[in-house]
Amino acid sequence: MQFATRVSPHTVGPASVNAVMRHVLVALLPGTLLYGLLFNAGVWLNILLAVVSAVAFEALILRLRGRPVGPAIGDLSAVLTAWLFALALPPLVPWWVIVTGVFFSIVIAKQLYGGLGFNPFNPAMVGYVVVLISFPRQLTAWSVPRSLESPQAPSLSQLWQTLWGQLPVDAFTHATPLGAVKTALTRNATLSEIFSGADGIGGWLGGHSWELLALTWLAGGIWLIRKGLIAWHIPAAFLGTLFSFALFFYLIDSDHFLNPLFHLFSGAAMLGAFFILTDPVTAPASPRGKLLFGAGAGVLVYVIRTWGGYPDAVAFAVLLMNLCAPAIDYFYRPPVFGERHG
Amino acid sequence: MSTPSTRKIVSDGLWTNNPGLVQLLGLCPLLAVSNTLVNGLGLGLATTLTLVASNSVVSLIRDRVTDQIRIPVFVLVIATVVTMIELAMNAWLHGLYLILGIFIPLIVTNCAIIGRAESFASRQNLRASALDGLSMGLGFTSVLVVLGGLRELTGNGTLFDGAHLMFGEMARGWTLTLGEDYPGFLLSVLPPGAFIGLGLLVAAKNLIDKRQARAAAADTQLSAAESA
Repeated sequence: MQFATRVSPHTVGPASVNAVMRHVLVALLPGTLLYGLLFNAGVWLNILLAVVSAVAFEALILRLRGRPVGPAIGDLSAVLTAWLFALALPPLVPWWVIVTGVFFSIVIAKQLYGGLGFNPFNPAMVGYVVVLISFPRQLTAWSVPRSLESPQAPSLSQLWQTLWGQLPVDAFTHATPLGAVKTALTRNATLSEIFSGADGIGGWLGGHSWELLALTWLAGGIWLIRKGLIAWHIPAAFLGTLFSFALFFYLIDSDHFLNPLFHLFSGAAMLGAFFILTDPVTAPASPRGKLLFGAGAGVLVYVIRTWGGYPDAVAFAVLLMNLCAPAIDYFYRPPVFGERHG
Repeated sequence: MSTPSTRKIVSDGLWTNNPGLVQLLGLCPLLAVSNTLVNGLGLGLATTLTLVASNSVVSLIRDRVTDQIRIPVFVLVIATVVTMIELAMNAWLHGLYLILGIFIPLIVTNCAIIGRAESFASRQNLRASALDGLSMGLGFTSVLVVLGGLRELTGNGTLFDGAHLMFGEMARGWTLTLGEDYPGFLLSVLPPGAFIGLGLLVAAKNLIDKRQARAAAADTQLSAAESA
Protein backbone atom coordinates (compact mmCIF):
# COMPACT_ATOMS: atom_id res chain seq x y z
CA MET A 1 0.00 0.00 0.00
CA GLN A 2 1.30 3.45 -0.88
CA PHE A 3 0.54 6.46 1.33
CA ALA A 4 -0.78 9.46 -0.52
CA THR A 5 1.36 11.77 1.61
CA ARG A 6 4.76 10.43 2.37
CA VAL A 7 6.58 10.92 5.65
CA SER A 8 8.95 13.85 6.03
CA PRO A 9 11.02 15.39 4.55
CA HIS A 10 8.38 16.82 2.23
CA THR A 11 10.63 19.17 0.32
CA VAL A 12 13.77 17.72 -1.12
CA GLY A 13 16.63 19.79 -2.46
CA PRO A 14 17.90 19.30 -5.97
CA ALA A 15 21.27 17.94 -4.74
CA SER A 16 21.41 14.46 -6.24
CA VAL A 17 24.62 12.46 -6.07
CA ASN A 18 25.16 13.23 -9.71
CA ALA A 19 24.84 16.99 -9.13
CA VAL A 20 27.26 16.95 -6.20
CA MET A 21 29.84 14.93 -8.09
CA ARG A 22 29.45 17.23 -11.12
CA HIS A 23 30.13 20.30 -9.02
CA VAL A 24 33.19 18.73 -7.41
CA LEU A 25 34.51 17.81 -10.86
CA VAL A 26 33.95 21.39 -12.03
CA ALA A 27 35.86 22.63 -8.97
CA LEU A 28 38.71 20.28 -9.84
CA LEU A 29 38.88 21.41 -13.46
CA PRO A 30 40.96 24.62 -13.13
CA GLY A 31 43.54 22.89 -10.96
CA THR A 32 43.71 19.94 -13.33
CA LEU A 33 44.27 22.21 -16.32
CA LEU A 34 46.94 24.18 -14.47
CA TYR A 35 48.66 20.98 -13.29
CA GLY A 36 49.11 19.86 -16.87
CA LEU A 37 50.34 23.32 -17.93
CA LEU A 38 52.81 23.65 -15.06
CA PHE A 39 54.30 20.19 -15.55
CA ASN A 40 53.26 18.22 -18.59
CA ALA A 41 50.23 16.71 -20.26
CA GLY A 42 50.97 13.31 -18.72
CA VAL A 43 48.55 14.31 -15.96
CA TRP A 44 45.68 14.52 -18.44
CA LEU A 45 46.57 11.20 -20.05
CA ASN A 46 46.61 9.58 -16.61
CA ILE A 47 43.19 11.01 -15.77
CA LEU A 48 41.79 9.81 -19.09
CA LEU A 49 43.04 6.26 -18.60
CA ALA A 50 41.94 6.19 -14.96
CA VAL A 51 38.42 7.37 -15.76
CA VAL A 52 37.98 4.89 -18.61
CA SER A 53 39.20 1.97 -16.54
CA ALA A 54 37.17 3.03 -13.49
CA VAL A 55 33.94 3.10 -15.47
CA ALA A 56 34.80 -0.27 -17.01
CA PHE A 57 35.54 -1.86 -13.61
CA GLU A 58 32.42 -0.35 -12.07
CA ALA A 59 30.22 -1.67 -14.87
CA LEU A 60 31.85 -5.09 -14.70
CA ILE A 61 31.49 -5.53 -10.95
CA LEU A 62 27.92 -4.21 -10.91
CA ARG A 63 27.01 -6.81 -13.51
CA LEU A 64 28.66 -9.50 -11.39
CA ARG A 65 26.73 -8.28 -8.35
CA GLY A 66 23.50 -8.27 -10.33
CA ARG A 67 22.88 -4.56 -9.75
CA PRO A 68 21.67 -2.00 -12.28
CA VAL A 69 24.69 -0.56 -14.06
CA GLY A 70 23.28 2.65 -15.51
CA PRO A 71 22.45 4.66 -12.36
CA ALA A 72 25.73 3.84 -10.63
CA ILE A 73 27.78 4.92 -13.63
CA GLY A 74 25.58 7.96 -14.17
CA ASP A 75 26.15 9.31 -10.65
CA LEU A 76 29.76 10.07 -11.68
CA SER A 77 31.17 8.82 -8.39
CA ALA A 78 33.52 6.39 -10.15
CA VAL A 79 34.67 9.20 -12.44
CA LEU A 80 35.46 11.43 -9.46
CA THR A 81 37.29 8.63 -7.64
CA ALA A 82 39.41 7.92 -10.71
CA TRP A 83 40.07 11.61 -11.25
CA LEU A 84 41.33 12.13 -7.67
CA PHE A 85 43.39 8.95 -7.87
CA ALA A 86 45.04 10.12 -11.09
CA LEU A 87 45.77 13.54 -9.58
CA ALA A 88 47.61 11.85 -6.72
CA LEU A 89 49.89 9.97 -9.14
CA PRO A 90 53.14 11.29 -10.57
CA PRO A 91 52.58 12.38 -14.20
CA LEU A 92 54.91 9.80 -15.77
CA VAL A 93 53.67 6.43 -14.52
CA PRO A 94 53.12 3.44 -16.81
CA TRP A 95 49.57 2.30 -17.60
CA TRP A 96 49.54 -0.79 -15.37
CA VAL A 97 50.14 1.30 -12.27
CA ILE A 98 46.98 3.26 -13.09
CA VAL A 99 44.88 0.21 -13.88
CA THR A 100 46.00 -1.63 -10.73
CA GLY A 101 45.26 1.38 -8.55
CA VAL A 102 41.84 1.93 -10.12
CA PHE A 103 41.04 -1.77 -9.67
CA PHE A 104 41.75 -1.51 -5.95
CA SER A 105 39.84 1.78 -5.70
CA ILE A 106 36.69 0.65 -7.44
CA VAL A 107 36.54 -3.11 -6.97
CA ILE A 108 38.15 -3.73 -3.57
CA ALA A 109 37.71 -0.49 -1.64
CA LYS A 110 34.30 0.52 -3.00
CA GLN A 111 32.20 -2.27 -4.51
CA LEU A 112 33.29 -5.20 -2.31
CA TYR A 113 32.17 -3.19 0.70
CA GLY A 114 28.76 -2.61 -0.87
CA GLY A 115 29.24 0.31 -3.26
CA LEU A 116 28.85 4.05 -2.89
CA GLY A 117 27.88 5.01 0.65
CA PHE A 118 29.14 1.82 2.30
CA ASN A 119 32.88 2.12 1.80
CA PRO A 120 34.72 2.79 5.06
CA PHE A 121 37.85 4.07 3.29
CA ASN A 122 38.27 6.74 0.67
CA PRO A 123 38.51 4.63 -2.53
CA ALA A 124 40.86 6.97 -4.38
CA MET A 125 43.31 6.98 -1.50
CA VAL A 126 43.17 3.20 -1.07
CA GLY A 127 44.14 2.83 -4.72
CA TYR A 128 46.92 5.38 -4.38
CA VAL A 129 48.38 3.82 -1.22
CA VAL A 130 48.26 0.35 -2.80
CA VAL A 131 50.34 1.46 -5.78
CA LEU A 132 52.56 3.70 -3.63
CA ILE A 133 53.52 0.76 -1.43
CA SER A 134 53.67 -1.80 -4.21
CA PHE A 135 55.53 0.11 -6.92
CA PRO A 136 57.87 2.46 -5.05
CA ARG A 137 60.15 3.08 -8.04
CA GLN A 138 57.41 3.98 -10.54
CA LEU A 139 55.70 6.23 -7.99
CA THR A 140 58.66 8.61 -7.83
CA ALA A 141 58.34 9.59 -11.50
CA TRP A 142 57.41 13.21 -10.81
CA SER A 143 58.05 15.69 -13.62
CA VAL A 144 60.31 18.65 -13.98
CA PRO A 145 58.27 21.86 -13.70
CA ARG A 146 58.02 23.60 -17.09
CA SER A 147 59.20 26.89 -15.60
CA LEU A 148 62.66 25.42 -15.00
CA GLU A 149 63.17 25.53 -18.78
CA SER A 150 64.64 22.10 -18.84
CA PRO A 151 65.79 21.15 -22.33
CA GLN A 152 64.24 17.70 -22.05
CA ALA A 153 60.57 18.55 -21.54
CA PRO A 154 58.78 15.47 -22.90
CA SER A 155 56.68 15.83 -26.03
CA LEU A 156 53.17 14.45 -26.26
CA SER A 157 54.29 11.37 -28.18
CA GLN A 158 57.00 10.75 -25.59
CA LEU A 159 54.38 11.00 -22.85
CA TRP A 160 52.23 8.51 -24.74
CA GLN A 161 55.20 6.14 -24.92
CA THR A 162 55.99 6.46 -21.21
CA LEU A 163 52.36 5.67 -20.43
CA TRP A 164 52.71 2.37 -22.30
CA GLY A 165 56.08 1.73 -20.72
CA GLN A 166 58.08 1.98 -23.94
CA LEU A 167 60.34 4.81 -22.79
CA PRO A 168 62.48 5.14 -19.67
CA VAL A 169 61.31 8.19 -17.77
CA ASP A 170 64.44 9.03 -15.80
CA ALA A 171 65.40 11.91 -18.08
CA PHE A 172 62.19 13.80 -17.32
CA THR A 173 61.85 13.18 -13.61
CA HIS A 174 62.53 15.55 -10.79
CA ALA A 175 62.06 15.22 -7.03
CA THR A 176 59.05 17.02 -5.57
CA PRO A 177 59.95 19.93 -3.28
CA LEU A 178 58.92 17.93 -0.22
CA GLY A 179 60.90 14.93 -1.44
CA ALA A 180 64.02 16.98 -2.19
CA VAL A 181 63.87 18.65 1.21
CA LYS A 182 63.43 15.31 2.96
CA THR A 183 66.39 13.72 1.17
CA ALA A 184 68.62 16.74 1.87
CA LEU A 185 67.63 16.89 5.53
CA THR A 186 68.58 13.25 6.02
CA ARG A 187 72.02 14.20 4.66
CA ASN A 188 72.32 16.74 7.49
CA ALA A 189 71.91 19.79 5.27
CA THR A 190 70.16 22.81 6.78
CA LEU A 191 67.07 24.30 5.16
CA SER A 192 68.81 27.54 4.18
CA GLU A 193 71.46 25.53 2.34
CA ILE A 194 68.80 23.43 0.64
CA PHE A 195 66.78 26.38 -0.62
CA SER A 196 69.79 28.37 -1.84
CA GLY A 197 71.53 25.32 -3.29
CA ALA A 198 69.19 23.78 -5.82
CA ASP A 199 66.68 25.09 -8.33
CA GLY A 200 63.08 24.07 -8.35
CA ILE A 201 62.55 23.49 -4.64
CA GLY A 202 61.47 26.69 -2.95
CA GLY A 203 58.98 29.13 -4.43
CA TRP A 204 57.65 32.37 -2.98
CA LEU A 205 55.02 30.60 -0.89
CA GLY A 206 55.51 26.84 -0.96
CA GLY A 207 57.13 24.35 -3.29
CA HIS A 208 58.27 25.64 -6.68
CA SER A 209 55.30 25.56 -9.12
CA TRP A 210 53.32 23.53 -6.59
CA GLU A 211 52.27 26.71 -4.80
CA LEU A 212 50.25 27.89 -7.81
CA LEU A 213 48.58 24.53 -7.99
CA ALA A 214 47.79 24.63 -4.26
CA LEU A 215 46.25 28.09 -4.67
CA THR A 216 44.00 26.77 -7.43
CA TRP A 217 42.84 23.86 -5.28
CA LEU A 218 42.19 26.40 -2.50
CA ALA A 219 40.06 28.49 -4.85
CA GLY A 220 38.12 25.44 -6.02
CA GLY A 221 37.57 24.39 -2.43
CA ILE A 222 36.29 27.78 -1.37
CA TRP A 223 33.85 27.72 -4.29
CA LEU A 224 32.57 24.34 -3.07
CA ILE A 225 32.11 25.70 0.45
CA ARG A 226 30.21 28.73 -0.89
CA LYS A 227 28.02 26.40 -2.91
CA GLY A 228 27.25 24.56 0.31
CA LEU A 229 28.53 21.25 -0.99
CA ILE A 230 31.22 20.78 1.64
CA ALA A 231 31.39 22.14 5.19
CA TRP A 232 34.24 24.42 6.23
CA HIS A 233 35.02 22.38 9.35
CA ILE A 234 37.30 19.68 7.94
CA PRO A 235 39.50 21.88 5.71
CA ALA A 236 39.79 24.58 8.40
CA ALA A 237 40.68 22.12 11.15
CA PHE A 238 43.10 20.24 8.90
CA LEU A 239 44.95 23.26 7.55
CA GLY A 240 44.87 25.02 10.92
CA THR A 241 46.39 22.08 12.76
CA LEU A 242 49.03 21.50 10.10
CA PHE A 243 49.89 25.21 10.23
CA SER A 244 50.08 25.38 14.04
CA PHE A 245 52.24 22.27 14.38
CA ALA A 246 54.56 23.48 11.63
CA LEU A 247 54.72 26.96 13.21
CA PHE A 248 55.57 25.54 16.63
CA PHE A 249 58.52 23.49 15.40
CA TYR A 250 59.60 26.21 12.93
CA LEU A 251 59.89 28.68 15.79
CA ILE A 252 61.99 26.21 17.77
CA ASP A 253 64.43 25.43 14.97
CA SER A 254 63.93 27.09 11.60
CA ASP A 255 66.91 25.34 10.06
CA HIS A 256 65.54 21.82 10.38
CA PHE A 257 61.77 22.26 10.29
CA LEU A 258 60.00 23.62 7.20
CA ASN A 259 58.04 26.81 7.57
CA PRO A 260 54.29 26.47 7.97
CA LEU A 261 53.37 28.07 4.65
CA PHE A 262 55.64 25.63 2.81
CA HIS A 263 53.70 22.81 4.43
CA LEU A 264 50.34 24.24 3.36
CA PHE A 265 51.35 25.08 -0.21
CA SER A 266 53.37 21.98 -1.13
CA GLY A 267 52.43 18.43 -1.88
CA ALA A 268 48.84 17.35 -1.53
CA ALA A 269 47.82 19.40 1.53
CA MET A 270 45.34 21.69 -0.27
CA LEU A 271 43.94 19.02 -2.57
CA GLY A 272 43.50 16.73 0.42
CA ALA A 273 41.92 19.39 2.62
CA PHE A 274 39.13 20.33 0.24
CA PHE A 275 38.61 17.37 -2.07
CA ILE A 276 39.70 14.19 -0.31
CA LEU A 277 39.14 14.57 3.43
CA THR A 278 35.69 16.06 2.79
CA ASP A 279 34.31 12.90 1.14
CA PRO A 280 30.91 12.66 2.87
CA VAL A 281 30.93 8.86 2.97
CA THR A 282 34.17 8.38 4.86
CA ALA A 283 34.18 11.50 7.09
CA PRO A 284 32.19 12.00 10.31
CA ALA A 285 28.79 13.65 10.04
CA SER A 286 28.61 16.10 12.95
CA PRO A 287 30.38 19.50 12.94
CA ARG A 288 32.42 18.75 16.06
CA GLY A 289 33.31 15.33 14.69
CA LYS A 290 34.49 16.96 11.48
CA LEU A 291 36.72 19.36 13.42
CA LEU A 292 38.32 16.45 15.27
CA PHE A 293 38.67 14.47 12.03
CA GLY A 294 40.40 17.33 10.22
CA ALA A 295 42.66 18.10 13.17
CA GLY A 296 43.72 14.46 13.49
CA ALA A 297 44.60 14.35 9.80
CA GLY A 298 46.60 17.56 10.18
CA VAL A 299 48.66 16.11 13.03
CA LEU A 300 49.28 12.89 11.09
CA VAL A 301 50.37 14.72 7.95
CA TYR A 302 52.85 16.82 9.92
CA VAL A 303 54.22 13.87 11.88
CA ILE A 304 54.67 11.60 8.86
CA ARG A 305 56.09 14.36 6.65
CA THR A 306 58.59 15.37 9.33
CA TRP A 307 59.61 12.10 10.95
CA GLY A 308 58.19 9.40 8.70
CA GLY A 309 59.66 7.58 5.73
CA TYR A 310 57.55 9.24 3.01
CA PRO A 311 57.88 12.87 1.88
CA ASP A 312 54.10 13.42 1.75
CA ALA A 313 51.47 11.86 3.91
CA VAL A 314 48.00 13.05 2.97
CA ALA A 315 46.87 9.63 1.70
CA PHE A 316 48.07 7.82 4.83
CA ALA A 317 46.51 10.45 7.07
CA VAL A 318 43.19 10.20 5.23
CA LEU A 319 43.06 6.41 5.55
CA LEU A 320 44.05 6.43 9.23
CA MET A 321 41.40 9.04 10.01
CA ASN A 322 38.80 7.13 7.94
CA LEU A 323 39.47 4.29 10.36
CA CYS A 324 38.61 6.64 13.26
CA ALA A 325 35.51 8.12 11.63
CA PRO A 326 33.00 5.56 13.01
CA ALA A 327 34.32 6.06 16.55
CA ILE A 328 34.18 9.85 16.13
CA ASP A 329 30.62 9.55 14.87
CA TYR A 330 29.76 7.44 17.89
CA PHE A 331 30.97 10.07 20.36
CA TYR A 332 29.77 13.16 18.47
CA ARG A 333 26.34 12.29 17.21
CA PRO A 334 24.63 15.07 15.32
CA PRO A 335 22.02 16.59 17.67
CA VAL A 336 18.42 15.61 16.99
CA PHE A 337 16.31 18.57 15.87
CA GLY A 338 15.17 20.46 18.97
CA GLU A 339 17.77 18.88 21.24
CA ARG A 340 20.11 21.33 22.94
CA HIS A 341 23.86 20.94 22.73
CA GLY A 342 24.93 19.14 25.87
CA MET B 1 28.90 -39.17 21.23
CA SER B 2 28.86 -41.35 18.19
CA THR B 3 31.80 -41.55 15.83
CA PRO B 4 31.17 -39.69 12.57
CA SER B 5 31.68 -41.57 9.31
CA THR B 6 35.07 -41.49 7.60
CA ARG B 7 33.56 -39.58 4.72
CA LYS B 8 32.20 -36.90 7.01
CA ILE B 9 35.49 -36.52 8.91
CA VAL B 10 37.40 -36.05 5.67
CA SER B 11 34.93 -33.65 4.07
CA ASP B 12 34.69 -31.62 7.31
CA GLY B 13 38.43 -31.17 7.49
CA LEU B 14 39.01 -30.44 3.84
CA TRP B 15 36.01 -28.28 3.05
CA THR B 16 32.86 -27.97 5.21
CA ASN B 17 34.63 -27.09 8.44
CA ASN B 18 38.03 -26.12 7.02
CA PRO B 19 40.18 -24.62 9.82
CA GLY B 20 41.52 -21.84 7.60
CA LEU B 21 38.40 -20.85 5.63
CA VAL B 22 35.49 -21.66 7.97
CA GLN B 23 36.73 -21.88 11.55
CA LEU B 24 39.26 -19.11 10.81
CA LEU B 25 41.61 -20.64 13.37
CA GLY B 26 45.38 -20.38 13.30
CA LEU B 27 45.29 -17.13 11.34
CA CYS B 28 48.59 -15.91 12.76
CA PRO B 29 50.78 -18.52 11.04
CA LEU B 30 48.36 -18.65 8.09
CA LEU B 31 48.85 -14.98 7.36
CA ALA B 32 52.48 -14.70 8.38
CA VAL B 33 54.00 -17.63 6.50
CA SER B 34 51.92 -17.69 3.33
CA ASN B 35 54.25 -15.38 1.40
CA THR B 36 55.48 -18.18 -0.86
CA LEU B 37 54.01 -21.51 -1.87
CA VAL B 38 56.91 -23.52 -0.46
CA ASN B 39 56.81 -21.76 2.92
CA GLY B 40 53.08 -22.40 3.10
CA LEU B 41 53.52 -26.06 2.20
CA GLY B 42 56.30 -26.49 4.77
CA LEU B 43 54.36 -24.98 7.64
CA GLY B 44 51.17 -26.72 6.55
CA LEU B 45 52.80 -30.14 6.60
CA ALA B 46 54.44 -29.45 9.97
CA THR B 47 51.03 -28.46 11.33
CA THR B 48 49.43 -31.57 9.82
CA LEU B 49 52.03 -33.78 11.47
CA THR B 50 51.41 -32.05 14.78
CA LEU B 51 47.66 -32.46 14.43
CA VAL B 52 47.86 -36.18 13.66
CA ALA B 53 50.31 -36.88 16.49
CA SER B 54 48.58 -34.74 19.14
CA ASN B 55 45.11 -36.00 18.18
CA SER B 56 46.30 -39.61 18.44
CA VAL B 57 47.97 -39.15 21.83
CA VAL B 58 45.04 -37.18 23.23
CA SER B 59 42.65 -39.89 22.01
CA LEU B 60 44.73 -42.65 23.63
CA ILE B 61 44.88 -40.97 27.03
CA ARG B 62 41.32 -39.62 26.97
CA ASP B 63 39.98 -42.03 29.58
CA ARG B 64 42.79 -41.44 32.05
CA VAL B 65 42.78 -37.61 31.98
CA THR B 66 40.20 -36.06 34.27
CA ASP B 67 38.19 -33.11 33.08
CA GLN B 68 39.77 -30.64 35.48
CA ILE B 69 43.32 -31.00 34.18
CA ARG B 70 42.63 -31.85 30.56
CA ILE B 71 43.66 -28.47 29.07
CA PRO B 72 47.18 -28.40 30.66
CA VAL B 73 47.67 -32.02 29.62
CA PHE B 74 46.64 -31.24 26.03
CA VAL B 75 49.01 -28.29 25.96
CA LEU B 76 51.82 -30.46 27.26
CA VAL B 77 51.18 -33.09 24.61
CA ILE B 78 51.05 -30.53 21.82
CA ALA B 79 54.19 -28.77 23.06
CA THR B 80 56.06 -32.07 23.15
CA VAL B 81 55.02 -32.96 19.63
CA VAL B 82 55.92 -29.52 18.29
CA THR B 83 59.32 -29.61 19.97
CA MET B 84 60.06 -32.93 18.33
CA ILE B 85 58.98 -31.63 14.93
CA GLU B 86 61.06 -28.50 15.38
CA LEU B 87 64.18 -30.51 16.20
CA ALA B 88 63.53 -32.83 13.27
CA MET B 89 63.12 -29.93 10.84
CA ASN B 90 66.24 -28.29 12.20
CA ALA B 91 68.13 -31.48 11.42
CA TRP B 92 66.72 -32.42 8.00
CA LEU B 93 65.13 -29.29 6.50
CA HIS B 94 67.52 -26.70 7.88
CA GLY B 95 67.02 -24.10 5.13
CA LEU B 96 63.26 -24.13 5.49
CA TYR B 97 63.66 -24.17 9.27
CA LEU B 98 65.60 -20.90 9.08
CA ILE B 99 62.94 -19.24 6.91
CA LEU B 100 59.92 -20.38 8.93
CA GLY B 101 61.83 -19.47 12.09
CA ILE B 102 59.65 -18.60 15.04
CA PHE B 103 56.51 -19.95 13.36
CA ILE B 104 57.46 -23.60 13.92
CA PRO B 105 57.56 -23.37 17.74
CA LEU B 106 54.51 -21.13 17.47
CA ILE B 107 52.51 -24.06 16.05
CA VAL B 108 51.92 -24.78 19.76
CA THR B 109 49.72 -21.73 19.96
CA ASN B 110 47.73 -22.58 16.82
CA CYS B 111 44.18 -22.71 18.18
CA ALA B 112 43.15 -25.20 15.53
CA ILE B 113 45.28 -27.89 17.23
CA ILE B 114 43.98 -27.51 20.77
CA GLY B 115 40.54 -26.97 19.29
CA ARG B 116 40.63 -30.40 17.61
CA ALA B 117 42.07 -32.02 20.76
CA GLU B 118 39.29 -30.60 22.90
CA SER B 119 36.32 -30.91 20.56
CA PHE B 120 37.19 -34.13 18.73
CA ALA B 121 40.12 -36.25 19.90
CA SER B 122 39.18 -36.23 23.60
CA ARG B 123 35.84 -37.87 22.72
CA GLN B 124 36.67 -40.22 19.84
CA ASN B 125 38.65 -43.38 19.24
CA LEU B 126 42.18 -43.45 17.89
CA ARG B 127 41.34 -44.16 14.25
CA ALA B 128 38.78 -41.36 13.95
CA SER B 129 41.02 -38.91 15.83
CA ALA B 130 44.07 -39.56 13.68
CA LEU B 131 41.96 -39.26 10.53
CA ASP B 132 40.46 -36.01 11.81
CA GLY B 133 43.96 -34.67 12.50
CA LEU B 134 45.05 -35.63 9.01
CA SER B 135 42.08 -34.12 7.19
CA MET B 136 42.05 -30.92 9.26
CA GLY B 137 45.79 -30.62 8.72
CA LEU B 138 45.49 -31.14 4.98
CA GLY B 139 42.62 -28.64 4.85
CA PHE B 140 44.82 -26.09 6.60
CA THR B 141 47.75 -26.95 4.33
CA SER B 142 45.68 -26.52 1.19
CA VAL B 143 44.65 -23.00 2.25
CA LEU B 144 48.27 -22.17 3.06
CA VAL B 145 49.44 -23.50 -0.29
CA VAL B 146 46.77 -21.71 -2.35
CA LEU B 147 47.25 -18.43 -0.47
CA GLY B 148 51.02 -18.78 -0.60
CA GLY B 149 50.91 -19.54 -4.30
CA LEU B 150 48.65 -16.58 -5.08
CA ARG B 151 50.77 -14.20 -3.02
CA GLU B 152 54.01 -15.46 -4.51
CA LEU B 153 52.66 -15.32 -8.06
CA THR B 154 51.28 -11.80 -7.81
CA GLY B 155 53.96 -10.46 -5.49
CA ASN B 156 57.16 -11.77 -7.03
CA GLY B 157 55.95 -13.26 -10.30
CA THR B 158 57.37 -16.68 -9.39
CA LEU B 159 56.01 -20.03 -8.24
CA PHE B 160 57.81 -22.80 -6.31
CA ASP B 161 60.61 -20.40 -5.42
CA GLY B 162 62.83 -22.03 -2.80
CA ALA B 163 61.55 -25.53 -3.54
CA HIS B 164 65.08 -26.88 -3.02
CA LEU B 165 64.69 -26.09 0.68
CA MET B 166 62.15 -28.88 0.91
CA PHE B 167 62.81 -31.25 -1.94
CA GLY B 168 66.60 -31.12 -2.27
CA GLU B 169 68.90 -29.75 -4.95
CA MET B 170 67.07 -31.33 -7.89
CA ALA B 171 64.13 -28.99 -7.18
CA ARG B 172 66.12 -25.83 -7.93
CA GLY B 173 64.90 -25.84 -11.50
CA TRP B 174 61.22 -26.06 -10.51
CA THR B 175 60.83 -22.33 -10.04
CA LEU B 176 58.44 -20.84 -12.58
CA THR B 177 58.79 -17.19 -13.52
CA LEU B 178 56.13 -14.93 -15.00
CA GLY B 179 58.60 -13.21 -17.30
CA GLU B 180 61.68 -11.13 -16.78
CA ASP B 181 60.08 -7.68 -16.63
CA TYR B 182 57.26 -8.48 -14.21
CA PRO B 183 57.48 -5.50 -11.85
CA GLY B 184 56.32 -7.34 -8.73
CA PHE B 185 53.32 -6.34 -6.65
CA LEU B 186 54.83 -5.68 -3.24
CA LEU B 187 51.48 -5.34 -1.46
CA SER B 188 50.62 -9.00 -1.81
CA VAL B 189 53.88 -10.08 -0.14
CA LEU B 190 53.32 -7.58 2.69
CA PRO B 191 50.87 -8.37 5.54
CA PRO B 192 47.86 -6.55 3.95
CA GLY B 193 48.17 -8.89 0.97
CA ALA B 194 47.67 -11.86 3.29
CA PHE B 195 44.49 -10.38 4.75
CA ILE B 196 43.06 -9.37 1.38
CA GLY B 197 44.01 -12.73 -0.12
CA LEU B 198 42.41 -14.73 2.68
CA GLY B 199 39.27 -12.59 2.42
CA LEU B 200 39.05 -13.34 -1.28
CA LEU B 201 39.54 -17.09 -0.65
CA VAL B 202 36.77 -17.13 1.96
CA ALA B 203 34.52 -15.27 -0.48
CA ALA B 204 35.34 -17.77 -3.21
CA LYS B 205 34.46 -20.69 -0.92
CA ASN B 206 31.15 -19.07 0.04
CA LEU B 207 30.38 -18.48 -3.62
CA ILE B 208 31.01 -22.14 -4.50
CA ASP B 209 28.89 -23.32 -1.55
CA LYS B 210 26.06 -21.01 -2.58
CA ARG B 211 26.12 -22.24 -6.17
CA GLN B 212 26.04 -25.87 -4.98
CA ALA B 213 23.16 -25.20 -2.61
CA ARG B 214 21.23 -23.52 -5.41
CA ALA B 215 21.89 -26.45 -7.74
CA ALA B 216 20.83 -28.93 -5.04
CA ALA B 217 17.62 -26.96 -4.38
CA ALA B 218 16.84 -26.94 -8.09
CA ASP B 219 17.41 -30.71 -8.20
CA THR B 220 14.99 -31.42 -5.34
CA GLN B 221 12.38 -29.16 -6.93
CA LEU B 222 12.78 -30.98 -10.18
CA SER B 223 12.43 -34.44 -8.61
CA ALA B 224 9.45 -33.24 -6.56
CA ALA B 225 7.79 -32.00 -9.75
CA GLU B 226 8.50 -35.28 -11.47
CA SER B 227 7.02 -37.40 -8.71
CA ALA B 228 3.95 -35.17 -8.45
